[in-house]
Amino acid sequence: MVVKTLPEIQVKKGEPPYKIWIFEPGEKKELPLIFNLRQLAEQRRPALLPGHRMCAGCAAPIVVKLASFAFRGPTIVVTATGCLEVSTTIYPYTSWALPWIHNAFENAAATASGIEAAIKAMKKTGRLKYENVDVVVFAGDGGTYDIGFQALSGMAERGHDVLYILYDNEAYMNTGIQRSGGTPKYAWTTTSPVGRVIPGKSENKKPIADIMVAHRIPYVATATPAHWMDLVKKVRKGIEVNGPAFIHALSSCDRGWRHEESISVEVLRRAVDTCYFPLWEWSPETGYLLTDRSLVIARNPSLKQPIEKFLEVQGRFRHLLRPENKELVKQLQEYVDATWNDLLKRASNAPR
Amino acid sequence: MSELELVPKYPREKQTMINVNGDEAIAYAVKQSYVDVVAAYPITPQTIIVEKFSEFVANGETHTEFVAVESEHSAMSACVGAAASGARAFTATSSQGLALMVEVLYIASGLRLPMVLAVVNRALSAPINIHNDHSDAYLMRDAGWIMLFAENVQEAYDTTIQAFKISEHPDVQLPASVHIDGFFLSHTLENIYTLPDEAVYDFLGGPRKIAKVRVDYFDEEVNYALDPARPLSIGNLALYDYYFEIKVPQVLSMRKAEEVIKEVNEEWYKLTGRKYGNGLVDPFMVEDADIVIIAMGSSAGTVRSVVKKYREKGVKVGLLRIRSFRPFPHKDIVELLSGSKLVAVMDKGIGPGQYGALYLDVAASLYHSKSKPILVDYVYGLGGRDLSPEMVEQMINNLLKDLEKGYILEEERLRFLGVRG
Ligand SMILES: Cc1ncc(C[n+]2csc(CCOP(=O)(O)OP(=O)(O)O)c2C)c(N)n1
Ligand code: SF4
Ligand SMILES: [Mg+2]
Repeated sequence: MVVKTLPEIQVKKGEPPYKIWIFEPGEKKELPLIFNLRQLAEQRRPALLPGHRMCAGCAAPIVVKLASFAFRGPTIVVTATGCLEVSTTIYPYTSWALPWIHNAFENAAATASGIEAAIKAMKKTGRLKYENVDVVVFAGDGGTYDIGFQALSGMAERGHDVLYILYDNEAYMNTGIQRSGGTPKYAWTTTSPVGRVIPGKSENKKPIADIMVAHRIPYVATATPAHWMDLVKKVRKGIEVNGPAFIHALSSCDRGWRHEESISVEVLRRAVDTCYFPLWEWSPETGYLLTDRSLVIARNPSLKQPIEKFLEVQGRFRHLLRPENKELVKQLQEYVDATWNDLLKRASNAPR
Repeated sequence: MSELELVPKYPREKQTMINVNGDEAIAYAVKQSYVDVVAAYPITPQTIIVEKFSEFVANGETHTEFVAVESEHSAMSACVGAAASGARAFTATSSQGLALMVEVLYIASGLRLPMVLAVVNRALSAPINIHNDHSDAYLMRDAGWIMLFAENVQEAYDTTIQAFKISEHPDVQLPASVHIDGFFLSHTLENIYTLPDEAVYDFLGGPRKIAKVRVDYFDEEVNYALDPARPLSIGNLALYDYYFEIKVPQVLSMRKAEEVIKEVNEEWYKLTGRKYGNGLVDPFMVEDADIVIIAMGSSAGTVRSVVKKYREKGVKVGLLRIRSFRPFPHKDIVELLSGSKLVAVMDKGIGPGQYGALYLDVAASLYHSKSKPILVDYVYGLGGRDLSPEMVEQMINNLLKDLEKGYILEEERLRFLGVRG
């Protein structure tokens, strides 16, 4: 048996390498946002502890850890059934450093609604131990686009003060890579296999973030862990607004996307560089605003990469690179261009 | 002190009489029970509970957060979230709504979250129907909920308040449902006696108290709740190595609930002067009865009046009303039916390919009784079909013939009362 010793994590001062987040009753301090990496390493610990069993190279835990750097104080996390849930809380263990609940697959938003209502009732009657407790949901694409959409839409309509973070790995990964409403067109999955007649999924990805904008909630944004500062800032904004907020975080899955474990972050970078997944935020006051790399591309269109750059590193699109499927790639490019141009028209900070 | 001598803490003159239907009685009981979160969705015949409760909220008569969810699935899910946060939670539904909730009913009990659900019993579709039977209740019988059936509007009020106490008892920590018959009780006005708000508050010990648990990463016992001071994970994945050990205590707590239901029934008696049998079963002239009829819910009233009439004629018949369907009162049934010769179970629901659910439970009890009475299943009242006193008389007359004969053939053991053709 090979005995591997874990690398010593150098923490020069401040926090131990890992810790449970404890907020003693009445504690008032608001955790500051930290963007200096050295300071971050010294002062902040993620809410997801090591030992979880998500695949090596999975981007979902990166989404969670980065998001937790933006938590401002006492926070309750709700997770829908899916990879993140099953792999982080195998009884009798848990990787969550803060209060965490999983109810079922399709009801994370409803569960969060109940938690938020309870917090309000406790506050009203002087029984809440803190000035404020934030509620954050993490749910996969299946639990958000499809089976959980009703609960999400209801939560948004009722105006619960909850931040809902979708980690979108573009398929039902926990059950073995089946298509969802978030799977892109022509992607291979086990229920949209590449056959002799049908070249992968036949339908386009549902524009979930735009659908949440249509709910006119206080804050909606897209993000990826490859653009970490952008993600952290957006999570903090989503927590700070009064009412529902929605963040659509693209989250690569090396198992389902069929890419090297080591390039998870690079794949996400390419998703943004090709404008397959633009970064933006929206609020009723500002409308659509491009952020981070997508704003840079809007200002300098020559930086926009062809869609092949996103497709070529993923086995789920391997069939598209065959010469006879050139037409399909062209279609995808046209779709990306159309949605990107549409966004440019809507984003008030895009150059005219 | 004998029962007659007991002076309740709140004798009738210190209670307030109100004229309400079953739904309103439940809404009123919930308002008095210091409930933090009500998440509910309308469905006939439960709707009045939601409407009435919304009025209380709109008039500022309660601190409760009312969450007008977009489905019953979300109603139960929100209650799970609220209860896991340490709040007292309530919801109500019927029929299709209950069917939609089922997935989360199992989660509420599996996560050991106290809360109360009012089920205004209504037939399940198809054909779609809005009237009463117990098919929806039978659907949730293995969901791990304490299930209490009320006979009248007064009992609906009393049981709703009691249910919070039972559910939150440290030895129980299980969700509880209160069942009333759709329309027969939900829409029928009755004068009922109600306690002052503070009496209910004291009876429940104020707001919900959170149970304590031990986890290996804290030295002291911690709240079993989503508490940022002592974080816990609730709703983990537990596989073949732990699932079994987590499920068995649910069964054991349900057993403890039997005692707690009885205690709470007694306590309520001392407080209000009202009690319902021993809390689990409510027998009427069963002791020396040759024939015992078993029923649940409002039909018990009809059966009781007919039983009285037959007793006057010298026929030894009795009624055993089941108040607690879960936990099922096996012990009481064995004891109470030890001298009976024939037992007729009235099932307001079917199990195609099987007897009715209540019959099966009674059969399981009676297998262990020495007397082994003849057992027969009467399915009645499906889809709200009225149970008239004449039907009960017809049933008793038939039972008398069976008794004389001394046996019932297997093919005659499942009978339908009040069906054409
Ligand atoms: C009601 C219900 N239907 C189906 C399932 C099976 N199931 C569990 S997780 C899952 C897929 C989860 O997909 P997603 O939300 O995208 O999360 P991921 O695993 O990809 O992170 C499915 C289908 C379930 N648990 N509950
Ligand atoms: S299957 Fe995909 S989403 Fe699930 S843990 Fe592995 S890499 Fe992550
Ligand atoms: Mg997924």
